[in-house]
Amino acid sequence: MHKTPLLDQLESGPWPSFVTDLKRVAARKPQTADLLGVLERSYKDKITHWKHGGIVGVLGYGSGIIGRYTDLPDEFPGVEHFHTIRVNHPSGWVYSTKALRELMDIWDEHGSSVLNMHGSTGDIIFLGTRTEELEPCFAKLTSKGWDLGGSGSAFRSPSCCIGPARCEWAMYDTMEACYELTQEFQFDLHRPSYPYKYKLKLSGCPNDCVAAVARADCSVIGVWKDDIRIDQSAVQAYAGGELKPRGGATKWDKLDIQKDVVELCPTQCMSWDGKTLKINNRECNHCMHCINLMPQALRPGTERGAAFLLGSHAPILEGAQMSWVIVPFMEMEKPFDNLKELMSNIAEWWSEHGKNRERVGELILRLGMRSLLEAIGVEPAPQQVRIPRANPFFFWHQSDFDAEAKGRRYDTRQGFIR
Amino acid sequence: MALPKEELVEYIYKMVEAAQGKKQLKAKDIEKAVLKEHPDQNKNDIKFAIKELIDGGRCVYTYFGGSFIEIPRVEGAAKH
Ligand code: HEM
Ligand code: HEM
Ligand code: SF4
Ligand code: SF4
Repeated sequence: MHKTPLLDQLESGPWPSFVTDLKRVAARKPQTADLLGVLERSYKDKITHWKHGGIVGVLGYGSGIIGRYTDLPDEFPGVEHFHTIRVNHPSGWVYSTKALRELMDIWDEHGSSVLNMHGSTGDIIFLGTRTEELEPCFAKLTSKGWDLGGSGSAFRSPSCCIGPARCEWAMYDTMEACYELTQEFQFDLHRPSYPYKYKLKLSGCPNDCVAAVARADCSVIGVWKDDIRIDQSAVQAYAGGELKPRGGATKWDKLDIQKDVVELCPTQCMSWDGKTLKINNRECNHCMHCINLMPQALRPGTERGAAFLLGSHAPILEGAQMSWVIVPFMEMEKPFDNLKELMSNIAEWWSEHGKNRERVGELILRLGMRSLLEAIGVEPAPQQVRIPRANPFFFWHQSDFDAEAKGRRYDTRQGFIR
Repeated sequence: MALPKEELVEYIYKMVEAAQGKKQLKAKDIEKAVLKEHPDQNKNDIKFAIKELIDGGRCVYTYFGGSFIEIPRVEGAAKH
């Protein structure tokens, strides 16, 4: 084991430390010992000792293996090669423990034993192996029914929220759609032929648990078309405190329907007179706020499908771009031919006009939305909102904590409430 | 005129070979070059001709900030 005084400091805090984990693995895996060594060296030299990219892969595929080498192979022979293998995850990340054990056994035998569950793309990321281990590892994976995921200028492994397997708000079968589209785009997943990466993420409802709107070129988000269903007696039960807000997941034991629900509706389309809750559904923008707070009283409508949005990505220089609504509502029934066709048509336009390393969202900005819509034969419509959601994450500000300390129930910044 | 499948494979192989060391070709560059000389060539044939070259190991995919199709060689980074 190398001496790692700088890394050791990372073990001293109150949190679990990856240094401690890696040391445990290093005791039986020399390459992981060298991984710690080279990282310590980088901390000291203040420069990375890794080289990117190259030729490595498995026969037939241009995707799924990411080449990594250290530039100090004499000092750290264990990481002379330290390639990454991306293994395509199952829809919704549902595994049996048996499948997980099989995966771990394969990786113990053929790699560093270090892995990441899961990468931002969704794949299982096996971190660190040598070129000559790639084919045997791939053969073992495929014999157990696994396949590699996408990398490079390819269709990337799609991912989805767990949807109808566990969640009552799923407006379509996200896991089935994810599986179907993975199969449909097999060629493009393994054989990079696009200008750059092309990602697809599917969420069952506007809560968007996989943050599709920010993290995937193609964002498919479940929506309903008709009215939110209201059970007025359950609304009364929330108002009286018999039912707890958000299934008991807030610190409030009683919902103030006026303040917590009606006044925080972003389009101000609700009203409450103490007896009846009314929603002007024409103005509702499906934000899910009211439904999330009182799931037993409010339920999405029954005319269900998804919105298709396009273009999000996070380039290093210009900052994040969010997806833009292209098709406000589409049916989502197996085998999802409408989605397959739409995505192929978009890829065709982008491949024809895109420059090397230009994402589809950047091409839309360069050539204009009109050029895309004409090419894919979609009529322009007012519902094609450019940035329907500015940020899929919630950031707390000091003012939120101050307001909470002063007794405001919902920690919303000044100016957001009318 | 469209090339028969075997000729198309060789045509593409020669193109990749000629580009070696000069220009890195993407799958789309190959497609565009074929269509320029043979406008009636089926795009799917081009896809599968590339697949044949890759599956047979005569060409490989490489990654240098983007994915390219090249003739196999020993990688510099793999050696010291
Ligand atoms: C001081 C050291 C490190 C810090 C502070 C750190 C921190 C992080 C953070 C914050 C993320 C993003 C997590 C998320 O939101 O999904 C991440 C991702 C990741 N880390 Fe680390 N990490 C460190 C060292 C390492 C090491 C040593 C390895 C590998 C041996 C590693 C491998 C990864 C990988 C593969 C990802 C996922 C990248 C992606 O999917 O985009 N990290 N790390
Ligand atoms: C200066 C050094 C590095 C930089 C600037 C860098 C940058 C990045 C970026 C920008 C991504 C995201 C690409 C995407 O959007 O899909 C990424 C992904 C990744 N990097 Fe690096 N990286 C560095 C070093 C490394 C090293 C040393 C390793 C492994 C030995 C590594 C392994 C990975 C892996 C496995 C992913 C993909 C994770 C996933 O599938 O989500 N990177 N890196
Ligand atoms: S995105 Fe919606 S449907 Fe999917 S798990 Fe989250 S809340 Fe449920
Ligand atoms: S879903 Fe959002 S916009 Fe629609 S009624 Fe509820 S709070 Fe208002």
